[in-house]
Amino acid sequence: MKKEKGLSKQDSGRRKFLKMGIFASGAAVTAVGLNVFADDKTTGKKVKVMTTDGKTVEVDSGSLEKESCCNSHAVSNEEAREGMPGKKFVMVVDLSRCRNALKCQDSCNKNHFITGHNAWLKVYNMRESADTAPYWMPMMCQHCDEPACVTVCPVDATFKRRDGIVLIDNERCIGCRFCMAACPYSTRIFNWSEPDQKAAMEAADHSPKYSPEHAGSPSIKGTVDKCDFCPHMTRQGKLPHCVSACPNDVFLYGDAYEDTVTNGSGQSYRLSKLLEDKAGYRYLDRLGTHPSVYYLPPAERSDDFVDGLENYTEFESVRKPE
Amino acid sequence: MSKYDELIVELAPRKFQRYGKIWTTGLIIVVILGIIAYIDQIIKGQEVTNMRDYVLWGVYISNFVFFVAISFVGSLGAAILRLTKKAWRTPLVRIAEIIAFAAIIMAGITIILDMGRPDRLLNLFIHGRLQSPITWDVIIITTYIAISLLILFIPLLPDLAILSKYFEGKTWLSKWYGFFSLKWTGSKKQWEIQSKSIQIVAVLIIPVALILQTVDAWLFSTTYRIGWDSTNFGPYFIAGAFVVGTGGLISVMYVLRKAYHLENHITNMHFDKMGRLLVFACLVYLYFNINEYLLPAFTAPKAETEHLDELFTGLYAPLFWFVTIGGLILPILILIFPKGRKPLPLFIIALLVVVTSWWKRYLIVVPSLLHPFMPMQGVPESWHSYFPSLHEWAIVSGTLAMALLIITILVRYLPIIPIYRTAKEQGILETDKEGQL
Ligand code: SF4
Repeated sequence: MKKEKGLSKQDSGRRKFLKMGIFASGAAVTAVGLNVFADDKTTGKKVKVMTTDGKTVEVDSGSLEKESCCNSHAVSNEEAREGMPGKKFVMVVDLSRCRNALKCQDSCNKNHFITGHNAWLKVYNMRESADTAPYWMPMMCQHCDEPACVTVCPVDATFKRRDGIVLIDNERCIGCRFCMAACPYSTRIFNWSEPDQKAAMEAADHSPKYSPEHAGSPSIKGTVDKCDFCPHMTRQGKLPHCVSACPNDVFLYGDAYEDTVTNGSGQSYRLSKLLEDKAGYRYLDRLGTHPSVYYLPPAERSDDFVDGLENYTEFESVRKPE
Repeated sequence: MSKYDELIVELAPRKFQRYGKIWTTGLIIVVILGIIAYIDQIIKGQEVTNMRDYVLWGVYISNFVFFVAISFVGSLGAAILRLTKKAWRTPLVRIAEIIAFAAIIMAGITIILDMGRPDRLLNLFIHGRLQSPITWDVIIITTYIAISLLILFIPLLPDLAILSKYFEGKTWLSKWYGFFSLKWTGSKKQWEIQSKSIQIVAVLIIPVALILQTVDAWLFSTTYRIGWDSTNFGPYFIAGAFVVGTGGLISVMYVLRKAYHLENHITNMHFDKMGRLLVFACLVYLYFNINEYLLPAFTAPKAETEHLDELFTGLYAPLFWFVTIGGLILPILILIFPKGRKPLPLFIIALLVVVTSWWKRYLIVVPSLLHPFMPMQGVPESWHSYFPSLHEWAIVSGTLAMALLIITILVRYLPIIPIYRTAKEQGILETDKEGQL
């Protein structure tokens, strides 16, 4: 098999990583952010990566390959409900770095074939009150540990997995929209009509095959969609689309059990330290939702808020082809 | 003709005259239009509604809550009227139960109309999960349908037997009545079983009805939404249902009395008593409204204040004050006077109560959805507001017409005023030696 061949080719490289202590458990899927299974593309270009014990090491940038997606990895419905063992996926969003570049949204829309009017990932123009500064806030499904949507779903169509991800089985959803009423983050999107994804899928040379693990591929009329935390990418050892697309390294994604998160440039950080140093918090946590997404406050911002206004469209989050 | 026979002739179901026919045809047309709109919604998706990702529930859900609320009248009939054993209730109970039955059936249907995938209805049973308030709703609504059918049907048995005899010439009608009377002969044994069953069902319907209203309220208060996340919601919904149930009963009572010339049976005294009940209901409801709206106005955090402002002085203020004044304050002010409880003024007030109650449900559902925790951004401007689309109006009108049609059909074929009981109370009952009819 092709994949196995790729494995053996990469084997030495992989062992090197293991020795470096980046992967605590050694399971294939732990390669968050570092695609050890990519076709052998040694670029010769070295990039710096931070290991869990805080050391900086240099690896070949070829092993950090992160674009493109696929559904060759579609797993069975049972597996998709179960989740990946020994994992607890988390995301960190550094608000001080966000300047509304919207590359995350574009990539998410493109790779989930979102063709409706409401994106799964939106960058909000936020301002708490008249005397605080405005900031940009990327918001997607928070993959709560106490998900209100899951509690109210009458048919177990939306479910929480052992690895922390909340997904929707669009082949079971009855479209009651109770989960949307229950979600305090307004991240759920309903397919009000037959989703028109044909052109988008053809353009991406994507053959639609339904899996809760790759939401939107395809979307189903009369059911609910939302951010899926990209397990279809994680299973291949790649980062979610928004994380790798962000030019400003706003997003970090990783495994809470390993206490590691990695940003789009491939730099890894200690989750606990990062949250402590930068006063990370979870949005609306007072409601008791316990999100898997952490925010780092918009302090010491690298950019001016107003620069982001250029991209800001109040009434549009899914760009329509001209 | 003996007095007993006269009574049967007076109370037996009659063919519709001109107005009855026009009314029924009108209802059927509205129902058909609703069905056409619904088929279109199935084909095109709920895009044909004006609901969108923010206002994700609209007039279907508020209409559903209305139906559930008005179905409360059935337990009202049972609890206040049947169990108290007051003779004056005899002509009202069956009307109440007919309304309740029609309303709860339509509530069940209306919730399906709101589903994005009605084709997957069975998933509710195959994959049902007990912790979801929707599952509770499914269980309690089906239970209530069963109970309200029983409480309508069991007391009917003697009347059906009487009618089977009465229509003897018209074989098919007589046969149907005979069939549904379950071979009722009026033997002692049958009476025993019947009265015991009625007792059981009448006692049962009260907790079930209370749970039904409460579960309905929990559909909202189990979410975090501003305006819904309230511990007051259960009793608030029960009180509201008490109001609209009483209002609905008075309205139907009045129309039937007019249409069938039942002045001898449904007297001014009945209207007076029901008027008092309505004042009482309104006062209780007013109390809960004060708890729900006025109290938060003192302590509410910012987001909640915005929500309240929109109701008190903002976009929804005209509707809010129409509903509060027309549906609560005015009825109280008018009905505390005996003159206000005369049939015609009471009928007008009752109609007003029913209409405002319908809009009240709308005000409970819609404005809260327009105040999510996150600001509304990144969606088309039209998604920032909501008013039902033509499809939604057609479908909702269809359900309301269907409920009226069910009532109409039941009224056409069932004796609205219990014949047997009335005869017995008037002491003109004629039975053979064994006490059989
Ligand atoms: S809309 Fe679908 S996923 Fe959401 S609560 Fe209803 S059945 Fe569950």
